[in-house]
Amino acid sequence: MEGEIIAILLQYLKAFAVGGSICLIAQIVINFTDLSAGKILVYFMLAGIVLTAIGLYQPLVEFAGAGATVPISGFGYLLANGAMKGAEKGFFSAVTGSLADASAGVTAAVVFSFLMALIFKSRTKRS
Amino acid sequence: MTGKTRENYNENYLNYVKTQNPPTDHFRNCLSAFGVGGLICCIGQFIRYMLGYIGLTGDELAGATSIVLIFLGCLLTGFGVYDRIGRHAGAGSIVPITGFANSVASPAIEFKTEGWIFGMAAKMFTVAGPIIVFGVFSGVIVGLIYLFI
Repeated sequence: MEGEIIAILLQYLKAFAVGGSICLIAQIVINFTDLSAGKILVYFMLAGIVLTAIGLYQPLVEFAGAGATVPISGFGYLLANGAMKGAEKGFFSAVTGSLADASAGVTAAVVFSFLMALIFKSRTKRS
Repeated sequence: MTGKTRENYNENYLNYVKTQNPPTDHFRNCLSAFGVGGLICCIGQFIRYMLGYIGLTGDELAGATSIVLIFLGCLLTGFGVYDRIGRHAGAGSIVPITGFANSVASPAIEFKTEGWIFGMAAKMFTVAGPIIVFGVFSGVIVGLIYLFI
């Protein structure tokens, strides 16, 4: 029981350290290049795809759990992982596999944003 | 006016802007990005454990976790809380999946005054669109590479 609690706390610590580090890298890139938020998201997603494809991201996910899947590079991991799993089944799954695995995220973003647009009014941004 | 002098005007103006900008506090910036980003990942880990207790496993667990996080990101965007977090956290609030949700929900709410189809629905994808375009395209490439090797 005690060992279980320590294991859970350690998992939180690993998620914090790895997830925080990914955000830290992004912040350093922003500080030195003035890239906009949209470009940062695209580059980190692409980095996630490339790292997954060459087999480096899977160990990170196993090590850090949500620390590796919650950042946008985890979205890239989902896409690449879906494609790689699909490639084992055949041509059709290889092409459709990436979006099939990422469909939960895209669907949730669209549906919830629609609902929020129905409920909330745009507010002036307070500074 | 020739093109050359206009170029100089722009350059001079940019240099002037640089002198007027407050200096970026790199250390504090990075620290808050690390802290907020790490905290959001811990919340993700907590949701993962909670959904695991309900009995979800594997792909379903991963999908449900991101759905809950995206819901939270959209909701906080609706209340205007997420933008306030983002002002202090920078990349710490952009890079997690909640930042992706924010980038979809924020223009959706803001542009609904311009109509539902070309306002809300079209502007929803100003940031998410490129992510999906590059994501799907490279995903297909990865799939095809793995198919042929």
